[in-house]
Amino acid sequence: MPTALVITTAGINCDLELRHAFEMAGANVESIHLNTLMKDPDRIDEFDLIGLPGGFSYGDAIAAGRISAQLMRQKLYTTFIKAIDRGVPIFAPCNGFQMVAQMGLVPGPEIVGQSWPETAPTPKVTLAENAKARFVDRWVNVEIPADTRCIWTQGLDVSEAALMLPIAHGEGRFIAESDDLLQYMEENGQIAIRYASDDNPNGSMGDIAGICDSTGLVFGLMPHPERYTRWTQHPFWTSLDAEATQEEPLGLKMFRNAVAHASQQSKNGALIS
Amino acid sequence: MSATAVHRVEVRSKPGMPDPKGEAIQREAQALGVADPPELVESTNVYLIEGNLTPDQLARLSEELLVDQVTQQATIGATPPRADAFLEVHPLPGVMDPEGESVEHAIKIMLGEDVKVRTGRRFDLHGTSSDSAMVIAKRALANTVIHAIHERPYHPEAFPQGHDHNMTVGVVPMRDLDDDALVKLSREDHLFLSLEEMQAIRDEYRLLQRDPREIELETLAQTWSEHCVHKTLKATIRYEESIPENDVLQSPRIAMRGRPGHDAHDDGSVTIRNLLKSTIVQATNELMDSGIDWCLSVFVDNAGIIAFDDDHAVCFKCETHNHPSAIEPYGGAATGIGGCIRDIIGTGLAAKPIAATDIFCVAYPESWSREPHDEKKTLPTGCLHPKRVLNQIVRGVRDYGNRMGIPTLNGGVWFDDDYIGNPLVYCGCIGVMPRDKITGDPEPGDHIIALGGRTGRDGIHGATFSSAELTDTHADEFSHAVQIGNPVTEKKMLDAILEARDHESGCLYRSITDCGAGGFSSAVGEMGEKLGATVHLEKAPLKYEGLTPTEIWISEAQERMVLAVTEENIPTLQAICDVHDVELCDLGTFGTEHRDLILNYKGEEIGRLPMEFMHEGIPGTTRQATWSPPSETTAEDSSSKTSPESIGNVLLSLLAHPNIASKHWIIRQYDHEVQGGSVVKPLVGTHGQGPSDAAVILPVHGSTRGLGIANGLSTGMRDDPYVMTLAAIDECVRNLTCVGVDPEHVAILDNFCWPSCNDPRNLGSLVRAAEACYDGARAYRTPFISGKDSLNNQFTTEDGNTIQIPPTLLISGFGIVPDVRKCVTMNAKASGNLLVVVGATEGAMGGSHFAMNHPIQGETRRLPMVDLVKGPEAARSIHTLIMKGLVASAHDCSDGGLLPAAVEMAFSSDGLGLRLDFAQLPTIGSLIEYAECFAETPGRYLLEVSRDHLSQIDDVLGDLPHAIIGEFDDSGRVTLESYGLDLACDELKRAWLGTLDW
Repeated sequence: MPTALVITTAGINCDLELRHAFEMAGANVESIHLNTLMKDPDRIDEFDLIGLPGGFSYGDAIAAGRISAQLMRQKLYTTFIKAIDRGVPIFAPCNGFQMVAQMGLVPGPEIVGQSWPETAPTPKVTLAENAKARFVDRWVNVEIPADTRCIWTQGLDVSEAALMLPIAHGEGRFIAESDDLLQYMEENGQIAIRYASDDNPNGSMGDIAGICDSTGLVFGLMPHPERYTRWTQHPFWTSLDAEATQEEPLGLKMFRNAVAHASQQSKNGALIS
Repeated sequence: MSATAVHRVEVRSKPGMPDPKGEAIQREAQALGVADPPELVESTNVYLIEGNLTPDQLARLSEELLVDQVTQQATIGATPPRADAFLEVHPLPGVMDPEGESVEHAIKIMLGEDVKVRTGRRFDLHGTSSDSAMVIAKRALANTVIHAIHERPYHPEAFPQGHDHNMTVGVVPMRDLDDDALVKLSREDHLFLSLEEMQAIRDEYRLLQRDPREIELETLAQTWSEHCVHKTLKATIRYEESIPENDVLQSPRIAMRGRPGHDAHDDGSVTIRNLLKSTIVQATNELMDSGIDWCLSVFVDNAGIIAFDDDHAVCFKCETHNHPSAIEPYGGAATGIGGCIRDIIGTGLAAKPIAATDIFCVAYPESWSREPHDEKKTLPTGCLHPKRVLNQIVRGVRDYGNRMGIPTLNGGVWFDDDYIGNPLVYCGCIGVMPRDKITGDPEPGDHIIALGGRTGRDGIHGATFSSAELTDTHADEFSHAVQIGNPVTEKKMLDAILEARDHESGCLYRSITDCGAGGFSSAVGEMGEKLGATVHLEKAPLKYEGLTPTEIWISEAQERMVLAVTEENIPTLQAICDVHDVELCDLGTFGTEHRDLILNYKGEEIGRLPMEFMHEGIPGTTRQATWSPPSETTAEDSSSKTSPESIGNVLLSLLAHPNIASKHWIIRQYDHEVQGGSVVKPLVGTHGQGPSDAAVILPVHGSTRGLGIANGLSTGMRDDPYVMTLAAIDECVRNLTCVGVDPEHVAILDNFCWPSCNDPRNLGSLVRAAEACYDGARAYRTPFISGKDSLNNQFTTEDGNTIQIPPTLLISGFGIVPDVRKCVTMNAKASGNLLVVVGATEGAMGGSHFAMNHPIQGETRRLPMVDLVKGPEAARSIHTLIMKGLVASAHDCSDGGLLPAAVEMAFSSDGLGLRLDFAQLPTIGSLIEYAECFAETPGRYLLEVSRDHLSQIDDVLGDLPHAIIGEFDDSGRVTLESYGLDLACDELKRAWLGTLDW
């Protein structure tokens, strides 16, 4: 059974639901504090999946995720790259997305197969303050691009009522440094999930809710799939009929994708070694 | 080479990049109605960094840490103003700056440098004058109690240093003081003790043959404050009521004779010994004696605890933070929720907070103006505008609750102009804990360990301040009682505590409590009550130098907990704290020879008090209480009321009434789904636009057993707090029942907010409310498990007028949902289903929202009474129906009455409509026109059911009054032919959504 690492730190507060989601999808889970990992980065090598949970790390001082991203750029960047090279799926919702964007892990090297720079690259995308300058918690309708290379959202067959995810953030407005970059990411299948065009909650460019790196492993997104692993979390589950709730909820499906990928990786790894 | 200096970095959006904060302020400025509102506002973040930094280091910090390289740019130093007007807002010296603290931490790790950081916000306003900018600053951007407003870039050469204070602890000559001098001393030293209490202290020191030291007197003032000991609710009260024969309200006479703790006298008066114990606690005791076996801890700990399942318990605490919120609503509300969360962490051996609630009472924003206005009342000096108060309270709860990762998922707002000077902020918190961790006591020799935030001069005299009455000068006099919280400090502390509680070698501490009102003095005083304690005050880590030992002892600085830890466990606890960056300090030990509290500072004894006198020396008092119903003139003020024009207009205006209107503006700012446990959210329906009666969460992952959370507040019936209180209990139970909670497994909390109870009339109304708590809790079999009171809520204006708040009692409740898959929500589900009302409607319209705007006469002015037999019976029957799966949706009828409730069910699901017909409506007595639609008779429910289930439903409801009053269809309209009502659901919903869409 693959083992997932959940990284916590001061102000992280969505770690429990993330643990449960990994567990429900069939992974073992261990939570380790960022302070511990910064002293002993090699511990990351033990894991098959990584989760950077949501929350308000360091109170989101300066900007959301800024301080934890800076600390990780300094102390953990190379270990993360090693993990990506090993084929480890990395899940980064909300505060996690803000961190991986500022660490430069997404969108990552522009050409598929191009290797990662030695030190953390300058961020090219950001999650700015919501257009309405206010925190918002609600469910949004989402769409999954058919051509995405994101291993978390690939090949999901989901009915319309189930194509929703909860959001809860004040700084989630996706901005890429240039239109060229945005176009490149679109053509390269790096858009992992979008808000429905009439349901963009924060003014994000291109209605983008989540992106991945060019390996498809690192999944940064503002919504919280880990809060949608059972039907009674759906915002109007009491109005849905029995048939609609036969399949597994969208969030859990994403975790199943990643855990299956990690299991396959470790099997391949076992074969090679 | 660089000397210590203050560096200034400005961070703003790159040209062409959005500036939502600037835009929001521009919109807000426009709404304020200044003569020349700005056309454009540019916002800039300002960082002031004091420390030894090279230019390279500074450049690195601004590029890598302070700026977003995609959207922002940084400038080092102060740039000149860019527009017609300039403002900069910084926290005053000594006011907490949580963002600055986090930046200091990051710089320490990035550069290894110790620096001090303060943050500010700069605004360049285009197209407005400096005078208008200052108005905008004062009304929207800054509160001068905690902020400094600068009209040019603020770039000091050094940060202000604290003043040196006299470190010796003075002696207060008191033994020879007469009564007048005692009263004067109490007031001038902000002790807020009564003459009797001052006399008791003086007499104790006469026995001790010395004068009290200042720190001892302060300790007694904190321990004996109304806030800490509830002396009014525990007093002996002589209660007298006079209800005239022709009382239009037909106020009920309460049968007090024979009640435990009550002595009825021949003259009709009643003596009540310890009101709290004889009513609220008594009801719980009787219920526990009569078979309720799931109450695990009531009225003794920081929160009440009930069983959840075989392995887990849940606890609930609700607090108010009214006076700080009146002066600085943002900080007051934030530290209110922060303090209540600490109560949960400090319950038993620590519970994990899993939900928060918030209820606010404020004046109507639309009725007040800052300047003289033809149609509005003028805001009294010393009051903040209610719109600002509500805005800032919501922000405060949001920023603290969201950062703590605790879903705020139930609440409400009640509007009444009598809250203008003294708004109310109720904050509740719920926790879950293993059942074997619900108690813990310190033992002699245990160390007194403080965890969390550092101690500063902030929050001094909070407990005594909250026990006093507000006046127009309080903002100046008590600004030191106002605080800004730092939720990250509290979250780190919580993480460390839960790890220590669940440590593989067993819980690492023997007891835990929070530092709330009174700070260390209350926490150590309470924990050491039975043992005594020795404290070394110099060991407490301080935010800055210069605190006197007395200040350290009574400071209510936030985010601190006190634990009793054996010596051998300290290293393990220390190691956990190190991982979480939590500061730990060893303040002393529990256990002294004579059960004394001994206070030392730098090796010298500076205070010594017998625990016995601290906790039992407070003199009991006998208080007078009277009550009579409001006279004709106060009961009937219909000058401003008009007869209704049409039912449609009444309905639309009720849906738009601020008490009833959608609170989505508030709810959506809270992360009410964090922790992933949500089952029934505060807003339900296919667009999330239906007002849920209660919230349901899953406290234990993997289980289907749920916890429902709701509240009841019926301030409209303020004319008789007995009737009002029963209505609140009934409403709370109905709210819970409607989502699937088992009404036989509900525990409730009381939070009294009253005007000054030194006035016998106010104390009389408090007695009536407490007696209703007894009657209501017994009838509904809902034990009270915890409570709190705040009994001096009034505001004295500069011309000496006192504005008393309405008597306000919040009932918070939580209860077990046996299986969350059976939960129902209030939004209608299907065309063809029928609408059934349960409970009869009566003609009493007193206290209703209809009566707030429209004149009512005679008999109809009565307040509607809860039926204490049928009410509980209805709750049980409806629970049976829900568990059998016979209910498609359920909604309680409360504010606004039956018609608004039915309309809410219809408009919260897309495309549905409702055809109403009241021909069969069960009624009691004769009803005036409109009463069927808008009477607020308690005890009623609306159920949506399938026609196929009708006979089964009849069987379960039996003799309870119930009838079919409508049918859902797919018309998208609500009709009621007998009143000529025919309106589109969309229009009705728009009215409901529009009022508080801020």
